[in-house]
Amino acid sequence: MGNEVLKMRGIDKVFPGVRALQNVDFTLCKGEIHALMGENGAGKSTLIKVLTGVYPKDGGDIFLGENLEPVTIKSPQDAQNQGISTVYQEITLCPNLSVAENMFIGRQKGSIQNWKKMNEAAGAILNELTIPAKPTQQLASCSIAVQQMVAIARAVDMDCKVLILDEPTSSLDEQEVEKLFKLMRDLKAKGVGIIFVTHFLDQVYEVCDKITVLRDGQLVGEYEIKDLPRVQLVSKMLGKELDDMSDIKSENATYEKKEGETPVFTAKNLSSTEAVHPFDFHINKGEVNGFTGLLGSGRSECVRAIFGADRNLSGEKTKDGKQVKISKPIDAMKKGIAYLPEDRKVDGIVGDLSVRDNIVLAYQVLKGALHPFSKAEAYKFADEYIKLLDIKTASADTPIKSLSGGNQQKVILARWLLTHPDYLILDEPTRGIDVGTKVDIQKLVLKLASEGMAVTFISSETDEMLRTCSRLIVMRDRHVVGELTGDDLNQNKIMSTIAGGEKNE
Amino acid sequence: MNNNSKSGSGVLSRLLRSQIVIPLAALLLLIIFNLIFDPSFFVITPKTNSAGNPVLSGYLITILDYGSELAILAIGMTLVTAASGGQDISVGATIAICGSALLRVLCGANSRPDQLQAPIIVGFLVACIVGMICGAFNGVLVAYFKIQPMVATLILFTAGRSIAAWINNNELPIVPDPKYAYFGGFIPGIPVPAPVFIAAICIIVIFLVLKFTTLGLYTQAVGINPSSSRLNGLNPELVKFISFVILGLCVAVAALIKTSRLSTINYSVIAKDIEMDAILAVALGGNPLGGGKFNMWASIIGAYVIQFLTTTLYKFKVSSDALSAYKAVVVIVLVVFSAPTVREWIGSKFKKLTGKKGVA
Repeated sequence: MGNEVLKMRGIDKVFPGVRALQNVDFTLCKGEIHALMGENGAGKSTLIKVLTGVYPKDGGDIFLGENLEPVTIKSPQDAQNQGISTVYQEITLCPNLSVAENMFIGRQKGSIQNWKKMNEAAGAILNELTIPAKPTQQLASCSIAVQQMVAIARAVDMDCKVLILDEPTSSLDEQEVEKLFKLMRDLKAKGVGIIFVTHFLDQVYEVCDKITVLRDGQLVGEYEIKDLPRVQLVSKMLGKELDDMSDIKSENATYEKKEGETPVFTAKNLSSTEAVHPFDFHINKGEVNGFTGLLGSGRSECVRAIFGADRNLSGEKTKDGKQVKISKPIDAMKKGIAYLPEDRKVDGIVGDLSVRDNIVLAYQVLKGALHPFSKAEAYKFADEYIKLLDIKTASADTPIKSLSGGNQQKVILARWLLTHPDYLILDEPTRGIDVGTKVDIQKLVLKLASEGMAVTFISSETDEMLRTCSRLIVMRDRHVVGELTGDDLNQNKIMSTIAGGEKNE
Repeated sequence: MNNNSKSGSGVLSRLLRSQIVIPLAALLLLIIFNLIFDPSFFVITPKTNSAGNPVLSGYLITILDYGSELAILAIGMTLVTAASGGQDISVGATIAICGSALLRVLCGANSRPDQLQAPIIVGFLVACIVGMICGAFNGVLVAYFKIQPMVATLILFTAGRSIAAWINNNELPIVPDPKYAYFGGFIPGIPVPAPVFIAAICIIVIFLVLKFTTLGLYTQAVGINPSSSRLNGLNPELVKFISFVILGLCVAVAALIKTSRLSTINYSVIAKDIEMDAILAVALGGNPLGGGKFNMWASIIGAYVIQFLTTTLYKFKVSSDALSAYKAVVVIVLVVFSAPTVREWIGSKFKKLTGKKGVA
C-alpha cells in the first residue's frame, strides 16, 4: 500500500546454542497498532532488541519508510535518531532524577541546560497526556504506573515514527490501562505506528489492528484482528489446541472445609509498617485462597506481613494451631511457609547466580550455613525441578538473568517448592508470562492444593483468581472489605465488593 | 587433526570466557617480557643468609615472599567487595594498628625490653582481636548504617596511623627475640621464606571455609540482590558485617608478617598504599568491583601478579618515586583488557581469526 513505516525482512539472530530468530518478517504501517504476540522465548523481545539496535542482527534487512535502501541500526541511540522509540517492560529511567529531567535526559543539543524551559516543556507534555505528575517531582516518588507513562511521554515527545511498547501494561491497573490506550489511539490518529507487545489478550483485542505471531523464533503469520478469534490466536501461539481453561475450576471443586479442622495458618489483628489496616486471616489444609483488589489496595502488603517480609506492628499468628513468632522471613521459612514475591526482578531472582544456585538458595539457608549442599546434591535438585517445571534453560549453570521472564518465575517457584512448604504464598506468579506457562502454574497450584498444601494466590487478573481460588479476600484502600466464597465467586460480585457497593467494612 | 583443533578452540574459548584468564594472561605477559629482556630474572640460587641458614634467593622467591601479605589481604578484600559492593581503604592503616598492638603486647610499656613480655602467640591473638574490632567497626558502618564502604573506611584510613602511634606512645618498640623475625623471614633449616607458608595456610583455610560453609553462596547472593536474599531468609547486614570481620582477620595476619620483617614498626610507612594493591588484585582477578560474583583464585593470582609487576619494575631499576607512574600505565592496560566489553571484542576477533583459518 506504500504507507509502511517499517519493514523487517528475513531477520536472523543467533545466540550461542539458540537460534533466537529465523527468517522473521514484520511490517508496520502508518497509524496502526500492531500486536506482536508469542510465548516466552518465542523471540518477541529479541526482535524488538534487533530493531532498536540493542543486538546486532545476524541476517536480514530493515527498511524504514519509503526507502529502498536497508538501514543499519547501530545502537538504541541510533534507533531513536531514526525515529524508533521504545518503552520497555521494566522502567529504564533514572529514579532519582526529576520527571522533567527524565523526559529530556540525553537529548539536549547544547551543553547548557535551560532548566526553566525544560520544566515548562515537560509540564506541557504531561498536561496534554493528562499524566498526574509534576515536572519537578522526583521520579521515584511517582507510582510505577506514572513512571511508565513518563517513559511513554518521553518516547512520544521524540517525534517518533515507530513506537514500541514492550509490556507496558503489566504493572498498570485497569483505569491506567484505559488512559494508556487513549494515549495510544491519539498517537495512532497522528500517524505513529505502534508495536504493542503484551501477554494480555483482552488488551490486544481492545486496541490493536493487526497481530503478528511468533513461535520458537519463527514467524507464524500476520493477521487482521477481525480475522483471528481469540482461541485461534492462542492456539497459534502455542502451536497446539489450548486445554479448555474452564475445565480447571472443576478440579478445584474438590476442596471442602472439614468441620473442626485446625487451620494451617491464622493471623489475628495483623498489621505491618506498610500501612495495612489490621486484618484477620486464616487458611486451611488443601485450600487455595486469594487476595484481590485494585493495584495498591494492599494485597501484597498483607502477604508480606504474613511472611514477615515487612516488620509487623501488631498481630498474633498461629501455625497448625500453635502460636508462633514470625518477625523475619527466616522465621516463616522455618515454620514451613514459602513466599514468591511480587517483584521478580527486585525481590526474586539473584541475577548473576546460576539457575542451580537460585533454586537451592532458600533450602540452603533453611539448612544452615555449616551444611552446604555438595555440588552433586545441588545439581540433583536443580535438574529435578528443571524437569518437573519444564524450565527452559541451556543448563543448570546458566545465569538466571539470561532466562526469559516466565522461566525465571519457574525457577523461583522451584526454589520454594524445594523447601517443601505446607503453606505457599504466590504473589503475582503469572505476571508478564505467557498463556501456556500461566495455565501450567494454575494447574500446579491446584495440584499442590489437592495434595494438601495450603496456597494463597494473588493475581491482577480476576479470571485467574476465579479459576484457582475457592475463597477470595477483597481489599480496598488497605482494608479487607469482604470475603467471597461459593456462588459469590464471580466477576460482578468481586467488582461490586471492590467498589464498595453493598458490603460494608 | 581438524577435529582436534576444533575441540582445542572450544577449550580455549571457554577459558577466554572464564574469569581466571585475566590474571593468568597478565602473568604470562610479565613472564614473556622478563624472558625477552632478562632471563636471569627466573634464576633461583641457593645461598646462605646472614644467620648462616641455607636459603633460596632470586626474584621469583622475592615475589612469592613479598606477595604473601597482598594475597592474604586479597582474600578479605574479595569478600568485602562481593558482599558490600565497595572496598575497604583502611587496610594499610589497620595493619599499622594491629602491628602496633602486637608490639605493645610483646614489648610491654618499655619500648626496648631485654626479653619478650608475652609469648608471641598471645601478641598475635591480640592483634587478631584488634583487627576484627577494626573490621567490625567498618562493618557496622557499612552494613547497619548503610554508609558507602569507601567513605566508612575513610575514617580508619585517616585516623588509623595516629591510633597506631598512640598505642605505643609514639615510640618505636623493637622486639628483642630473634625468633620473632622468623615470620617475615626464614625459619632455620627451611630455605623457603616463612610468609609463603603463612599465605599458603590462609589460602587453604579460606578454601576450606568456602567448601564447608555457604559463605560463598551467601556473600554472592547478598552482593547481587540484598532484597531477594532477605526474602530467602538471609540477613544481608550480617553477611556484609562478617565479610569485614574476615578482612580484619586477614589484616592481623598481614600485620604479623609486616612487623616481623623489621622486628619493629614505622607507623607512617608500614603497609603504605597496600589497600590500593589489594583492591587492584581483586579487580585484576576480574571480580566486579560493584559486588556480586567473585572468584577467589583469580583474586589471589591477581595479588601475585601485582607483586610480580612491582618486582619486575624494581629489577629494571625504576626508582621508587617513579614506580607508581609505571605501575599506573601497566594497570591501565590490564584493566582495559579485563573490561568485559573489550574481552568480548577480543573474543569475537579471535573467533573470526580461527574461523578464517578453518576456511583456508
